[in-house]
Amino acid sequence: MSKDVIALLKENVIQGRKTQDDEGIDESLSGTPGVLELTQSAMEEDIAPEGIITQALTAGMQVVGDKFATKEYFIPDMLASAEAVGAAMDILKPLLEASNVETKGKFAIATVKGDIHDIGKNIVATLLKGAGYEVNDLGSNVPTEKIVEVVREYKPDFLGLSALLTTTMVAMREVIEALKQNNLRDKVKVLIGGAAVSGEYAREIGADAYCVDGFHAIKVLDASHEAKV
Amino acid sequence: MPREGILIDTPYARMTKGQVLQIHQASMQILNDPGLISFNREAAEIFHSNGAEVTSVSTSDHPCWLVKIPEELVLQALDSAPKTVKLGARNKDNSLIMKGEEPRVFFVSGSETNIWLDVDFPTYVKKSDPGTEIRVPEFHPRRGTVADLCQSAHVCEHLETLDGYIRTVNIQDKDITEDNKDVNKFFASLNNTTKHVMSGLTSLKQLDNVVNMAKIIVGGEEELKENPIISFITCLVKSPLQFVDDTTQTFIEICRRGLPIVVSSSPQAGSTAPIKEAGIMAQINAEVLAGITLSQLVNKGTPVLYGSVPVRARMDTLSDSYGSIETSQYNIDCVQMARFYKIPNYSTSGVCDTKTPGQQASIERLFSDILVTLSGPQYLHCAYGLLDCNSVFCLLQAVLDDAHFQMIKFFLRSPRISQVEIDNTLKQIREVVATPQKLYIRYIRPVMRSGEISAPYPFEGDGETDNVFALAYEEMNQLLAKPVKHIDPATTSRIFQEIPGILPRLNIYEERRE
Repeated sequence: MSKDVIALLKENVIQGRKTQDDEGIDESLSGTPGVLELTQSAMEEDIAPEGIITQALTAGMQVVGDKFATKEYFIPDMLASAEAVGAAMDILKPLLEASNVETKGKFAIATVKGDIHDIGKNIVATLLKGAGYEVNDLGSNVPTEKIVEVVREYKPDFLGLSALLTTTMVAMREVIEALKQNNLRDKVKVLIGGAAVSGEYAREIGADAYCVDGFHAIKVLDASHEAKV
Repeated sequence: MPREGILIDTPYARMTKGQVLQIHQASMQILNDPGLISFNREAAEIFHSNGAEVTSVSTSDHPCWLVKIPEELVLQALDSAPKTVKLGARNKDNSLIMKGEEPRVFFVSGSETNIWLDVDFPTYVKKSDPGTEIRVPEFHPRRGTVADLCQSAHVCEHLETLDGYIRTVNIQDKDITEDNKDVNKFFASLNNTTKHVMSGLTSLKQLDNVVNMAKIIVGGEEELKENPIISFITCLVKSPLQFVDDTTQTFIEICRRGLPIVVSSSPQAGSTAPIKEAGIMAQINAEVLAGITLSQLVNKGTPVLYGSVPVRARMDTLSDSYGSIETSQYNIDCVQMARFYKIPNYSTSGVCDTKTPGQQASIERLFSDILVTLSGPQYLHCAYGLLDCNSVFCLLQAVLDDAHFQMIKFFLRSPRISQVEIDNTLKQIREVVATPQKLYIRYIRPVMRSGEISAPYPFEGDGETDNVFALAYEEMNQLLAKPVKHIDPATTSRIFQEIPGILPRLNIYEERRE
């Protein structure tokens, strides 16, 4: 029975079905339990959260990534799966904390002050959550002081800053300077992204990395995570 | 079921109804004064016996006659010319049903070029950095052969958007003569595509051989009438306002056999037609109407297409400029005139001035392809693969053109707006606005897989590299590797026994094949 739940859970991650109301790619699954319901079932069957994550959620996301690489899947498919995995992680969180299982890392993300464009930031947040990171999404048009406060209190391993406009990208430099002034710069890796910025700009303002998109961000974070492990 | 083509919901029109009428009236006046010069005796006699004023022109070196066609004769012809024309196909699902009043567009290849353009991709090494290599397409022109025509028909069979096949390349093999060219070009085309085949005729002496070949393929005379797998295009008019002797005779004989035929006129604004729009339009319309009138006088009910290939002259060379903006304007005007007469229209787009595939070719082609398609001609000779006006055919370009037409066809889908759609969308908007991230992305997936979202450009390169030609070349080779349904062995055998002049190497069931 447990194996069935794990197999079904993995399949529903691949299908990108968060709940039983979601349409996947395989129409025959319509109305059957989705990732949330199946995660709940797995928990009720006392399957260890590590097993749920590695054998179903991560294994499913691996298949999704492979399908994306071969252009069988597109970004909406990746996001649907990542969103489903992110929701599953939310309900697994208390169990993980109780059993002292660590996530891959804590990630805070914000669209900087003056900029309300948040599509890219939202996609990055969803993908990273689906990839197993604990994500704290601060929203858009976030004041520099607020970001500094979150870094101090929440202690993220990574800070993602997003800006679409050339007029707002300057706030990224402001954040990095404020982190330095508060002796927090060496506590967090700063990643920047958005249409207005580039690798060159990241180097210029002293960020740790520039990420082209959410997939690139996962690679950068995973590389850092593996280096730690 | 015949091919669907693409129905234009609201055809683009340049001229007002009043302007259409003015052009019509001007054409009627032209047909009466100055009239047309016919270098063909039989045509002059046919017009004369039907009430036209015909006088011998004594000042010419060649015997010719001035024909003044009364309006009544033209109107009678327009009345008897079929308003629906069917072009059949070896595979009946590839038939084309064209209604003069219905702006349903079928995309067709053509025309006959002398030059075939080969492509290869040599590798170049960067002088300053020998570790860097790039592959650059090179184009090599040469005279077309019957093997090229086979390849072209083969690839066109597999081009999704291409609805019919006008032979693309003039076959100039050493063993091709005026006496065997027609049977070979029709057989090479028919044997490699199951779509409709249209061509001109090189020698009138070959007409019956070509028609008999078609009869053998479909099973007889009545079957050919019901399913005319071949049709003809004749340039009987030489602008301005002259019936050419030999092509007019060919035209008359094809009309007698009742097979579909295009009355084609190709005046050049600036040299063989007035440079201004009103002038070239009045003249080309008069020329086409004269041909339609002759077709109906020869054989009432002959299925004819109003064929328009107007073009503007280049100012630097006075040669044709198919890439000029005005050329598209004239073609769109002609579509309107044909629709005014309710006769299906053979129109032209996509012919470009440049000699090789590239940016200029793409810009010139897409510009006219989109605009002329929007006007709703029924039979759009949109020049898959044609370059350098009418001189060069490149198979790679034909594959690129197919991608253009996939985009155009997708764009021309009808709007999908209904109350059900509106209700579903309102529900979706309310759901998304209530979420923190406010993204509609999760709703994309079912739509994406239903085919309602256009595909990306098929020859898009990775990253910042433009790999269009290399990817299209791969696609071209894949299409060449795909089989086509050839004419069956028994029918092929009968054709080779009964139709003289077909090159033995075209028999794919024999050892030496092409």
